[in-house]
Amino acid sequence: MKVLTNGNEAIAEAAVQAGCRFYAGYPITPQNEIPGYFARRMPEVKGTFIQSESEIAAINMVFGAAVAGARCMTSSSGPGISLKQEGISYIAACQLPVVIVNMMRGGPGLGDVSPAQSDYFQATKGGGHGDYHMIVFAPEDVQEAYTLTFNAFNYADYYRNPVMILGDGILGQMMEPIEQVNPSFELPLPEKDYILDGCRGREARSMMSLFLREGELERHNAILQEKYKRIQEELCLVEMVDVDQSDVVIVAYGTVARICNTVMREASNEGIKVGLIRPITLWPFPAKQIYDKVKNNAKVLVVEMSAGQMLEDVKLALNGKANIDFLGRMGGGIPLVVDILKKVVSMKGDS
Amino acid sequence: MEKNNQKNNIDERVIIAGFGGQGVMLMGKILAQAGMLAGLNVTWIPKYGAEVRGGTAHCMVRISHKPIASPLVEFPTAIIVLNKPSLVKFENKVRPQGTVIVNSSLIDEKVTRDDVKVYYVPCTLLANQLGDVKGSNMVALGALVASWGFLNIDVVKEALKHMLPAYRHKYIPLNQKALDEGAHAITNA
Repeated sequence: MKVLTNGNEAIAEAAVQAGCRFYAGYPITPQNEIPGYFARRMPEVKGTFIQSESEIAAINMVFGAAVAGARCMTSSSGPGISLKQEGISYIAACQLPVVIVNMMRGGPGLGDVSPAQSDYFQATKGGGHGDYHMIVFAPEDVQEAYTLTFNAFNYADYYRNPVMILGDGILGQMMEPIEQVNPSFELPLPEKDYILDGCRGREARSMMSLFLREGELERHNAILQEKYKRIQEELCLVEMVDVDQSDVVIVAYGTVARICNTVMREASNEGIKVGLIRPITLWPFPAKQIYDKVKNNAKVLVVEMSAGQMLEDVKLALNGKANIDFLGRMGGGIPLVVDILKKVVSMKGDS
Repeated sequence: MEKNNQKNNIDERVIIAGFGGQGVMLMGKILAQAGMLAGLNVTWIPKYGAEVRGGTAHCMVRISHKPIASPLVEFPTAIIVLNKPSLVKFENKVRPQGTVIVNSSLIDEKVTRDDVKVYYVPCTLLANQLGDVKGSNMVALGALVASWGFLNIDVVKEALKHMLPAYRHKYIPLNQKALDEGAHAITNA
């Protein structure tokens, strides 16, 4: 049965369905429906909802909950996610399965409450200190927000790694009909043999992100990098539509990819073939799939609600193989179909 | 059968706009819910920035027999405007042959275009006569739905039950009357 729900509430319910029983967060638009939903829902499933005193407190609360073995989540937007970075770095260092939601708003600074995609660098390149990566999922609609969040908990446990759901204000607040069907997850989840839940009857464990002995931290980093390499080999998700036979290939993610879907339809009415590449994992970035699919000297247009952040990953992925152009809006601006279409027409014309 | 045929070319892009507090967000949600109950694809997006009660707010609803790509409405096929600033803001965005529902109780200006269908409905006055001015949004929604014809007003009445929280269900009969009142304003026009 379909229900009409918004992206934020779909994410919160998916978390509950995935067994998340601990949420801590501090309010900020445009993601307030997430804590709002948990405040009602967590008591029903005997879980814990905490409106913390700050974003920093919230990330450290989920840090603790993950150490104790709970499936847990925190969420925020732009400025709040910046505050959480120290905690995220510690969580990555301790290899803990935490799910973090960022419904991006316009920045920098306190910015505005309009949708944006300008936290891409922060999410994919390691917004905190040290060599680490989160897995980053970028859903394009409410259904996918539900599905990816559900499996974010599985991937977090499977890889023992923090996972971010990276959406924007539109995805969070948009209502659409969805089927609340929990997706399957085929991979075997490892036993949580690292958690600190009392050592009666077993050897004591400890968990730290401080490694002071000679060479110890470098060895720890090597373990992390090996895991990141494995994730890059195993988990690149991307949707590619009509890339082969196109005049122009658009690369876009999240809400912008949906807008570009409309561009595809309208361009085809004008006799222009537009292909679409939509990365679903932003880290690991599906560089190999994109390189293999895009033809030599193809015309590629990257569209983002930023000054050009994913653009850099597309350039790295294609490595000089194609002609790359960019269209972006900043500070809460949303790329319009008419503007993208105009760009596509002019790109097709330049032969 | 005739109904099914009608549903095969539905592609409505609606903007509903007014003062914060007039219930524009709820109208859009009820419209989207009704579209879903009628078996159509729908999206709803609010747009209120950092505004507060008394500021202007609007929402965008798409209703289509096809899957919806962009949920944004740049050029609406229909607008409902409950206050004057909203008419000024959106009048020129409406597609030719589109529909404009004007709350003539609060807007004394006329629409200047002649390529759109305009319905002047005294929503606030009609709601007041029913006993609660807060029903003016439902009067306007009933008018839009009646002007279309592809969505049955009973489905919209049903949608109220899904969208209103249980503690507000006592207001459903009044809201349903308001929907009828708006629909009559169109069919009797």
